[in-house]
Amino acid sequence: MTDAYIYDAVRSPRGKGRKDGALHEVTSARLSAHVLNALRERNGLDGHAVEDVIWGNATQVMEQGGCLARTAVLASDLDERIPGLSINRFCASGMEAVNLAANQVRAGAGDGYIAGGVEMMGRVAMGSDGAAIAVDPSIAMKTYFVPQGISADIIATEYGFSRDDADALAVESQRRAAEAWGDRRFDRSIIEIRDQNGLSILDHDEHMRPGTDMQSLGALKPSFKEMGEVMPGFDAVAKLKYPHLEAINHIHHAGNSSGIVDGAAGVLVGSKAFGEKWGLTPRARVRQTTKIGTDPTIMLTGPVPATEKALKDSGMAISDIDLFEVNEAFSAVVLRFMQAFDVDHSRVNVNGGAIAMGHPLGASGAIIIGTLLDELERTGKGVGLATLCVASGMGAATIIERV
Amino acid sequence: MTDFTMEKGADGVAIITWDTAGKSMNVMNSQGFLDLEALIDDALADDAVKGVILTSGKEGSFAGGMDLNIIAKMRDDAGDEPAKGLFEGVMGMHAILRKIERAGMDDKNKGGKPIAAALPGTALGIGLEIPLACHRIFAADNASAKIGLPEIMVGIFPGAGGTTRLVRKLGAMGASPLLLEGKLNDPKKAKSAGVVDEVVPADELLDKAREWVLSNPSIVKPWDEKGYKMPGGAPYHPAGFMTFVGASAMVNGKTQGAFPAAKALLSAVYEGALVPFDTALKIEARWFTHVLMDPSSSAMIRSLFINKEALEKGANRPDAPDQKVRKLGVLGAGMMGAGITLVSAQAGMEVVLIDQSQEAAERGKSYTADYMDKGIKRGKATEDKKAEMLDRITATTDYGALKGCDLIIEAVFEDPGIKAEATKKALAEVDENCIFATNTSTLPITDLAQASDRPEDFIGIHFFSPVEKMYLVEIIKGQATGPRAVAKALDYVRQIRKTPIVVNDARFFYCNRCIIPYINEGIRMVAEGVAPALIDNAARQLGFPVGPLQLVDETSIDLGAKIARATRAAMGDDYPDEAVDEVIFWMEGEGRLGRKAGAGFFDYDEKGKRQGYWPGLVEKYPRAEEQPDLIEVQHRLMFAQVLEAVRAFEDGVLEDIREGDVGAILAWGFAPWSGGPFSWLDIIGTPYAAERCDQLTARFGPRFTTPALLREMADKGQGFYARFGQEAQAA
Repeated sequence: MTDAYIYDAVRSPRGKGRKDGALHEVTSARLSAHVLNALRERNGLDGHAVEDVIWGNATQVMEQGGCLARTAVLASDLDERIPGLSINRFCASGMEAVNLAANQVRAGAGDGYIAGGVEMMGRVAMGSDGAAIAVDPSIAMKTYFVPQGISADIIATEYGFSRDDADALAVESQRRAAEAWGDRRFDRSIIEIRDQNGLSILDHDEHMRPGTDMQSLGALKPSFKEMGEVMPGFDAVAKLKYPHLEAINHIHHAGNSSGIVDGAAGVLVGSKAFGEKWGLTPRARVRQTTKIGTDPTIMLTGPVPATEKALKDSGMAISDIDLFEVNEAFSAVVLRFMQAFDVDHSRVNVNGGAIAMGHPLGASGAIIIGTLLDELERTGKGVGLATLCVASGMGAATIIERV
Repeated sequence: MTDFTMEKGADGVAIITWDTAGKSMNVMNSQGFLDLEALIDDALADDAVKGVILTSGKEGSFAGGMDLNIIAKMRDDAGDEPAKGLFEGVMGMHAILRKIERAGMDDKNKGGKPIAAALPGTALGIGLEIPLACHRIFAADNASAKIGLPEIMVGIFPGAGGTTRLVRKLGAMGASPLLLEGKLNDPKKAKSAGVVDEVVPADELLDKAREWVLSNPSIVKPWDEKGYKMPGGAPYHPAGFMTFVGASAMVNGKTQGAFPAAKALLSAVYEGALVPFDTALKIEARWFTHVLMDPSSSAMIRSLFINKEALEKGANRPDAPDQKVRKLGVLGAGMMGAGITLVSAQAGMEVVLIDQSQEAAERGKSYTADYMDKGIKRGKATEDKKAEMLDRITATTDYGALKGCDLIIEAVFEDPGIKAEATKKALAEVDENCIFATNTSTLPITDLAQASDRPEDFIGIHFFSPVEKMYLVEIIKGQATGPRAVAKALDYVRQIRKTPIVVNDARFFYCNRCIIPYINEGIRMVAEGVAPALIDNAARQLGFPVGPLQLVDETSIDLGAKIARATRAAMGDDYPDEAVDEVIFWMEGEGRLGRKAGAGFFDYDEKGKRQGYWPGLVEKYPRAEEQPDLIEVQHRLMFAQVLEAVRAFEDGVLEDIREGDVGAILAWGFAPWSGGPFSWLDIIGTPYAAERCDQLTARFGPRFTTPALLREMADKGQGFYARFGQEAQAA
């Protein structure tokens, strides 16, 4: 079997996913094209250079619909002979794109791929593509559907995380992100977004709130208490699935959950021959890819079984992993991961995460792979594991090792 | 003889009148549908007919609903393919109602004749589904009329287009209280809810309908027009999305996932909202068939509709002349006496309420005044009505006021001596026409009857608390109780519009006999280290209104301890509940007496609002590492009650399984979806039940031992209703 390597990883800065966010004026296709063009230019890819562009996106309607991947290729400077594949595994879409690309390379189905994703959360609202699992009673009732925030609060209740635990993790995420930016640790990956005249639109992650402390977070009201306890009463549904719980402890709020942002990221994946052809040096090998399904009600515990499976399938132990990127969808997701594997926070999300910098759903999986790779290189470490929780009860993980 | 007749007027208005012979309210049966269709065909084909009014020959009502026995028959008649039979039968109903709705229009909505529904009053179930298919609904301004779709209450949902039409008429949000809660409205509220179109004075009902029919109105239903949009938004409209997401959660939470009809209803609404009207009707029919095929729905219909009504109408009443109560004596003006006084005065009886002091008696009477004041505040009662009721109640200390009473209910302190004294004093004042009843919940009737020299006229009438809210009354025959006393008690219960069951005299009678093991099983689990929330939530997911621990807090720990001590004294070495007592006596010692003490299995705030489980519980009984499966907890809670019901039947305490089922649901909220303890055993099958009992016995002890009757039935593969249902009906 051919090995699959990562040759490059880039990302846009993350803009606030709101009307006043810096990237709000940029279309999904254009932001995607920025990333594709950056990979093309940085690596000198001409003509029919890659087999496919696999593009993750979690809300494939309106401007993100109609096979955005192909639209983005055509909006970019890539050759029109390169097709495009839009995929959706919710928050792991960007990771799944990389994994799909790597596995096709390993199987000999093409030498090189661009994989990544985009999410313009301020332009195409989360959930605006509908979802039968939430709205079709025969499915919603059978699966005890609750929104993600409730699921995160179930994790906190079931595994005993307090509001302080969650807030402390958020404070640390902000502190680390600020430090990483101050240290220019993201320089290798970040591409400045410019307009058609070459004028700068955004060159840094806009969502961060440096200086966030326990006191400022303490003032925030829990976001999911009302919908849990009053209307429409999701806690009652949660307790149908988790009847040993007396009440759901609503600890999550805007400050200890991931930020809503716009962003895009791409990874160049290829075989050894691909690198030789284009004169590129591989940065890391894709060691293992995993996806799993899990209980859809608690929904967001996927990183634990996904990591277990990735380790098992690759014959590795948790101690073999030097650094972890666990997507900070909600504080409890990361807290649960560290608890389950008894991993110290000093090895997890060392440059901050989505709580500080935001979580552009379809792009995040590719972003954290890039962040992980940059940090392995910076610190001279070998092996990293990136993982995300995924809506509807799924999880995904990727293990990379530097070569 | 047909239930429907048509009269064609010279003005071109044909009036179809529904009048079911021999019934006080119209009820739809299969022949009725065919007759109605034939008349509609006739009217549509007759050029002299310009339009139709569909009305009722009954004063004050349009129709009470469908004869639910018909559904059972539809299923049974279909032989090997019951689902097919039901589906086709339901589609047949749709075709008839759709014919009314389209009324001869072509596919461009041209032509057709207006059909108005004129409702003199109450219109329930199919009695509203047919009007919903008409083009305009006129309701007489009749404040006592009830209009709505109560199907969900008996475990089904409106399946003759009512679901699909109401959602399209009002939107999912507007229709949901009517469909999901079976909410009934008087005509005015029905109009403001959008269910009926016009409310008119009763004597102008037909004139107004006629005026409309002759006004050449547009008759195309919104959903048959191009570009129809569902009010409030269809499921994938941004507003509709939130409604539908919320609806599943609310129904799931409120029903604890235990009622198949609510789920099926919601699916019919959602799936139907995504397709054109005729396809939506087909979807509704498929889900309706699915519900009818669910054993839960037939069990619910059987217990909550057919058998409940049969018991209310005196299925087990001995032959005796009318025993309607005119003057009632109530001894003891405590909570029970006050409640009994209230419901009896409400039913029009003259009530003499006696207590030891005038003050106590007056306090008992004021319970009725307070109750009526609340009703007046909510616009449900009037000052006149209150004055009328209070006039009927005499609060006194004078036993002489009992003269002329034909029924006395004793509700004094649960002490045999005090009861005997009150009984003697009361009986000294009345003649032998008077039946004497005791409202004891724990003392044997036969023993108490010794205070009377007419034990044949002595009976137990066991009310549940609060009297005005609980639907069931348990009538207990002592050894010597005669048929007239039973008839008296039954006629009285009918007067106060509650449901009676008649049982024989034994410890705890029937209801408490089953409730106590349910509570005890929950308490045992606490001692085993099962998470308290799991115990109560498991019960709620079975459809019980409250879990066992919450229930003990409501009824109080000291009452539990008192019963335990008495039972222990009576049973001696056979007493099986040591493990339970350990917890109860400890709680009692800690002063955790339940809600009334602001401290029980739960903590309570100063206002008495329940907070979380008392942390002291887990300190004393640490949570076990291994928690049981939900299903195991549920089976323990279910079998604890159900086996007691079977034993009560074996012992002859219970004489009719219908009473066992109806009583269980109404008295303590036994899993209504199951149809009751005996119906539940039929649903899971006696062979499985016996096997499961063996497993539970092996793990948890002899209290789960399979009763001989159940063992025998399991061996033969018999069901309770198959074996005892017919017998009960013949009786």
